[in-house]
Amino acid sequence: MIEVEDVYFAYPNGVEALKGVSLRIQDGEFVAVMGQNGAGKTTLVKHFNGLLKPTKGRVLVNGVDTTKVSVATLSRRAGFVFQNPDHQLFCETVESEISFALKNFGFDEKTIAERVNWALNLLDLTEYRGVSPFMLSGGERKRVALASVLAWDPEIVILDEPTIGQDHQQKDRLRQFIVQLNSQEKTVVVVTHDIEFIAECKPRVVLMAEGKILAEGPAIEVLTQPELVEKASLVLPEITRIFMRLEGLGFRRNVIDIDEAERILLERFSESL
Amino acid sequence: MSIFDGFKFRSVSSPIHRMDPRVKFLYVCVLFVVAILFNQLLPLLLLLVIQIPLVLIAGVEKEWIRSMKGSAFFIIIIFVMNFFSLYFYSGYFSFAVILERSLAMTARFLVLIESFSVFFLTTSPDLLGLALEQSGVPYEFVFAFTTAVRFVPVLAEEAQTIMDAQKARGLELEGGNFIKRVKNYIPILIPLIVNAIRRSLELAEAMESRAWGASKKRTNLYILKMGRKDFYLIIISSIILAVSIYAWMFLQIPSLTQLLSA
Repeated sequence: MIEVEDVYFAYPNGVEALKGVSLRIQDGEFVAVMGQNGAGKTTLVKHFNGLLKPTKGRVLVNGVDTTKVSVATLSRRAGFVFQNPDHQLFCETVESEISFALKNFGFDEKTIAERVNWALNLLDLTEYRGVSPFMLSGGERKRVALASVLAWDPEIVILDEPTIGQDHQQKDRLRQFIVQLNSQEKTVVVVTHDIEFIAECKPRVVLMAEGKILAEGPAIEVLTQPELVEKASLVLPEITRIFMRLEGLGFRRNVIDIDEAERILLERFSESL
Repeated sequence: MSIFDGFKFRSVSSPIHRMDPRVKFLYVCVLFVVAILFNQLLPLLLLLVIQIPLVLIAGVEKEWIRSMKGSAFFIIIIFVMNFFSLYFYSGYFSFAVILERSLAMTARFLVLIESFSVFFLTTSPDLLGLALEQSGVPYEFVFAFTTAVRFVPVLAEEAQTIMDAQKARGLELEGGNFIKRVKNYIPILIPLIVNAIRRSLELAEAMESRAWGASKKRTNLYILKMGRKDFYLIIISSIILAVSIYAWMFLQIPSLTQLLSA
C-alpha cells in the first residue's frame, strides 16, 4: 500500500511541484495519474520509490517511511519504468541489460538466468537476447526498459508516460499487458496524459493540476466531467464527446470506451427496428 | 554543484547586464591582473570591497552569495594549505604574518571568483558569442562555444535523470572502494555520452535543414555598440590598472600587522 500524507515538494530551484497531496493506493489497485505537463504527476510518483523525498508531509510504502530507506531498497518493491529508455540502457546486450538490476539486488546466478528468460519471453524479446539495446527501435527499447524492471518482480509497477512514441498496435499490446499485470495482483501506477488510452482500460483516475489533486475516482466518473477534464488541460475521450452531443436523443453522458458505446448503440438500433 | 550557480546566466535586466560584454571582460581581466600583482591583504580586501556595488547594481547578490557559499570548500582548502605550508616551511615568520598571508591568498581567490561570477551572471551566452564574433573569431567556433555553454544545464539535468533511473534499478552510488565507485558511474556515463552524441547529430540535421552556413557573410540582428556607460567602465578599469601598477612599483604597501603594531 502506498500512503501519501499531505505531501509538499519543492525542487532545489524553488519550483513548488506538489502543494499538499494526499492519496492512498491499495495493494493490487490500478491507478492512472493524469494531468498536463508540469502538473506534478512525475514528481508525485517519484516519491513512491524514494527518488524524491517530501519537503513536508510523508510517504509510506507498505508502511515504511520513504525518508528512512534508500532508493535501491524501495525499488525492490516499487519498480519504476522511466519515460525515456535511453536514460537507462547502457549494456552491450539486451540480456545483460535485464540482468543488471537483478545483480544489484543480489539474486543468485540461477535465479537471474530464470528471471531473464522469463522477462525476455514476457515482452517478446527473446530473439533480441544477444543484440545491443542501442540497435533496437524506439518501441523495442521501451520494451527492454520495461522488461529490465519487471524482471525482479516488484509488487508495485510505476510506468511514466508509457504510451509516448508508441504506435497504435504497441499501445494496444501495452494496455493488454498492464491489465494482465494488474490481474496478477500487482499494483500498477501509470502516469500519462493519453486520455484515450486510459479510457479504454478504466483504472482509478487521479487528476492533477498545478501540484494538487483535482479529483479522483473511477475513470468513468472522472473522465466524463467536462469542467474537471478541462481544468486539467485534457480533452474528453472522443467517445464521451460524441455521447454528450447525442444527449438530446436520450443517450447517457458517461460512456468512455468503445465496447460500451457499441453495446448502447446496438441496443438503440434494435429498439428502433 | 552550487558553485556553478554563481556562473549561470540569469535573464534579468540591469545596467550591468546591458553593458558591452567586451568591456566587462576587460574589467575582469584588469581585476585578474591586479589580484595577481598583489599578495598583501589590504589591497586584495580593497579589491573585494570595491566590487560589491557592482554586484548590487546588477541585482545578482543572491546568486553571488550562493556561489561564494559553494566555493567555501575551496576557500577553506586554500587557507589551510597556505597557512600550514607557511607555518612549516618558513618558520621565521610570526604567527600574525602567516595568518595575514594566508588570508591574503584566500582573499585573492575570492576576488577572482567574485569578478568572474559577476561577469558570467550578467552576460548572456548569446551576447558573449556576439562579442567573440565581433572580435573576429570565426563564426563556426563562436557557434560551437555558445552551443556548448547552452547545453551544460541540459546535460546536468539529463545526468540527474539517468542517475535516478539507475538508482531505481538498484544501483547504489555511495559506498565501496575507489574502483567500485568508478565502476558505479559506468551505467550513468554511457547513456549520457550516447545521448549527447545522438543529440549532436540531431542538432546537426536541424541546422542543415535550416540552411546553416548558406550565406558566407552573416549579418546580426543585434550589433554591439559601446555606450557612455561602457566608456566609463573602460576608464575605471584603466584607472584601477594604472593606480595598481603605480602602487605595486613605487609604494610600500603596509601589512595589517604592521599597521596594528605601529
